[in-house]
Amino acid sequence: MLATPRPVFPFSAIVGQNEMKLALTISAVDSAVGGVLVFGDRGTGKSTAVRALAALLPPMKAVSGCRYGCDPEAADALCEECRARSLTGPLKAATVPVPVVDMPLGVTEDRVVGALDLERALSQGVKAFEPGLLARANRGFLYIDEVNLLEDHLVDLLIDVAASGENLVEREGLSVRHPSRFVLIGSGNPEEGELRPQLLDRFGLSVEVKTPEELGERVEVVKRRDEFERDRAAFIAKWKKEDDRLRRRIVAGRKTLPGMELPDDVLVAAARLCMQLGTDGLRAELTLIRAARSLASLEQAAAVAVTHLRRVAPSALRHRLRRDPLDESGSAARIERALAEVFGAAESA
Amino acid sequence: MNVELASVTPSVAPSSVARSSVADDAALVASLFAVDPIGTGGVCLRSAAHPVRDQWLALLRGLLPPGTAWRRIPFNIADGRLLGGLDLVATLKANRPIAERGVLAEADGGVVVLTMAERLAATRAARLNAVLDAGEVVMPREGVWLHNPARVGLVALDEGISDEEGAPPSLLDRLAFPLDLNAVDYRVPLLPAHLADEILAARSLLPSVTADDGVLEALCATAAALGAGSPRVALLALRAACAAAALDGRRRVLEEDAVLAGRLVLAPRATRVPPTAEARDAEPPGQAAQPPPDQPPQPPQQSTDDGSPEDPQADEAAAAEPSAAPEEPQKSEPDQPAADIVLEAVQAAIPAGLLARLRNAAGAAAPGSASRAAVAGRSGALRSSGARGRPAGVRAGAPQGSARLNVIETLRAAAPWQRLRGRVTGPGTGTGAGAGAAERAQRIRVTAEDFRVTRYQQRAQTLTVFVVDASGSAALNRLAEAKGAVELLLADCYVRRDQVAVIGFRGRTAEILLPPTRSLVRAKRSLAALPGGGGTPLATAIEAAHLLAAQALRRGETPTLVLLTDGRANVARDGSGGREVAHGQALAASGALAQARIAALFIDTSPRPNPLAQQLAARMHARYVALPHANAQALSGAVKAAVGRSG
Repeated sequence: MLATPRPVFPFSAIVGQNEMKLALTISAVDSAVGGVLVFGDRGTGKSTAVRALAALLPPMKAVSGCRYGCDPEAADALCEECRARSLTGPLKAATVPVPVVDMPLGVTEDRVVGALDLERALSQGVKAFEPGLLARANRGFLYIDEVNLLEDHLVDLLIDVAASGENLVEREGLSVRHPSRFVLIGSGNPEEGELRPQLLDRFGLSVEVKTPEELGERVEVVKRRDEFERDRAAFIAKWKKEDDRLRRRIVAGRKTLPGMELPDDVLVAAARLCMQLGTDGLRAELTLIRAARSLASLEQAAAVAVTHLRRVAPSALRHRLRRDPLDESGSAARIERALAEVFGAAESA
Repeated sequence: MNVELASVTPSVAPSSVARSSVADDAALVASLFAVDPIGTGGVCLRSAAHPVRDQWLALLRGLLPPGTAWRRIPFNIADGRLLGGLDLVATLKANRPIAERGVLAEADGGVVVLTMAERLAATRAARLNAVLDAGEVVMPREGVWLHNPARVGLVALDEGISDEEGAPPSLLDRLAFPLDLNAVDYRVPLLPAHLADEILAARSLLPSVTADDGVLEALCATAAALGAGSPRVALLALRAACAAAALDGRRRVLEEDAVLAGRLVLAPRATRVPPTAEARDAEPPGQAAQPPPDQPPQPPQQSTDDGSPEDPQADEAAAAEPSAAPEEPQKSEPDQPAADIVLEAVQAAIPAGLLARLRNAAGAAAPGSASRAAVAGRSGALRSSGARGRPAGVRAGAPQGSARLNVIETLRAAAPWQRLRGRVTGPGTGTGAGAGAAERAQRIRVTAEDFRVTRYQQRAQTLTVFVVDASGSAALNRLAEAKGAVELLLADCYVRRDQVAVIGFRGRTAEILLPPTRSLVRAKRSLAALPGGGGTPLATAIEAAHLLAAQALRRGETPTLVLLTDGRANVARDGSGGREVAHGQALAASGALAQARIAALFIDTSPRPNPLAQQLAARMHARYVALPHANAQALSGAVKAAVGRSG
């Protein structure tokens, strides 16, 4: 297992990049929104933001001793071991941090899906399954930096598991299945390669990050980074209050979410927007509405409003547009245009 | 490749020898990097394999404290060696999994020299980048959890020659010093700028060196004005400035340190020419260059009020700022802020050739299309499959179809399980009565799960090079229509995720209007800006296209040329006129193209099919299409056929 992780840059201390931060927060409030894809310029704090997210997530309850972090209250999503345990009596729960699992590019396939436990096979000659990253990420977040450079056979694996929520292992004489429901977070620089459409579709929200244009912002970026690297503990302590505040907002948002009212006019607006943009399928609409509801909950609004829809529309729809190669305006501009047409230009976000 | 210290004795520094400023800078970079190899990330050494490079490496090694790790890695290093993995021999001996550290972990605290960085694949660069960022290798590989510190400085040896060839931009973004040694005279010995003792002293002073906001702002403003890289680069410049201050025995970074850092870190990355001081005064600050106003630094509120309603921390920070401000002497001179001083000094250090290129690019009305840094999609994603391309490691999988079994890796994979299998499975197929138990024990049991096949990397992309004739004769013969046709073809390229490049030729030269990119918008723009008129230097154009295509081939891509011309060559390679010579040269160039097996499509833009054009097309083994009157559909079909044939 891992030693204590190195302290990460606090989420609140990230300068600017509001769209990215908002998208990550939205997915933290409601994991059903689907993951977040962060695409953009080098050195804009993409991976910093994702790694910082872990510290913001409120802990969760999990069956104690379960290798997959099963939820004791979700009887239908238990792993085989927990199901067997639940027959003998009530499951014991423990409070654990939400996993944010890093999937580095150099990882080998056996460690992603899980494989024979090498240690036990060698020392005791026992066949035992050692869960991989997909097991660890269950009920949490799976983060892939440079996702567009991920090797094809790993992408195939992910696409399958991300859709089914279950990892099937058939190797080395083992036959194991276990739940693997995670929020997929990816980041990358589009200059280095594109993403397969099937994988693109697994991300609920997609945000574009740009190098800050404004000098003050750039100075602040460098300054905070420098401060952090000089004394990590002190810097984290300095921003703890801010991070705590955001965590409380996320917790409150999660509480509000189930009862959040969704008026018909918002549903109609979402449908019109998707029609206007010609997005494929229902996924776009569904994600759009879920993201708007998550945002409304985060802000403790009385009901989901069209303004929420407007604010999440670029992130929810950007990667679902049919692209017109010769349209010089980017996808953001096209969404903006559609928004203006559907809602009227006067009502700017 | 020898890095002995024979010729370099730091204590003797004959200052009488005249040295170029490039050599001085090279020595300075070595000193600064030696002071803070990890903080500054590294050096990208652009140079042929040359005595100067060896000298520089020897000089650097002499400056590093004794015992500093120094590892050399090839660009195609396998993941197992780079990051670590299962140590098979030790594992089998100990009967428990033993992890092996990779080169990066072995070099912790020291320097890693990466050879042939210009050949480094984007995927491998990404692995390096992740480790450079995190300072550790943390990942599960081959059944073991790796968790090793790997804080290293990287020296990337970049032997790229052309502008398009170089270390991956993502890696460059993490190395403070891009250093071009090609201009250094090898006859003059490269002398260290500092003694090893000075470096040692600076290293111990470094943690207490601080920079005030003025310096920070100056570096950020300079980076922004020059369009020099991401915010990460500004941070690297700050690290370099701190190292410079430490070398000078100071705890505070001064303006001169910032100027030095700007010159060494930022100037070589300039992607645009900042407006001159007069121009800046005359017009309001543009979007490109924003020299800082003569006011104290902007309080950070506007950047922190994101999504969070109140922000006491930021307020505190803002409140703390004024108390720091009076200590900054630069601030008291309102007419020359530090940022301007640094910018001016750094601007003077932009390499002359770079400046000229940038100016040209600005003149060509193609904003931001000039520099290497701005070339998007230069190194594309690799598709690792099939049986073609460069070998790129192994993966688990049965040898079926085109996948080839990698015997060694398969045995490696099987080895750890032998004990387990020995108990579970029965005796193997006996080879005879004499095959006893001992011999059976020697036999390795390989099961289907052990199969490893070699992966090959193959560029998923094709590169379509448009060679557009903009000469007088072609302009007469519907240059506009040719442009329209290309635009239609571009849409096809988009669908196939092709890269495109555009070469225009007229007068005496052929010019790469657009280096390979996936940005079709830029392709369209560059084409629209192409004026017509002048002679037809066809041979020059074909050669330029050949060169571009050959580069693509070397990168593993599949190039296709689309030549739009009327085939009436009338300018020879040397720029002189003469139809006959010009046509002969064009034929020769076409032949070379055919020999290199580069797929081509020849679109004849003459009013009626031209025998000369047909002759050229035949010589280059190109598909010949006479541009029918504005029938773009047929054209598109022809290109599809040509590309389909090649790819």
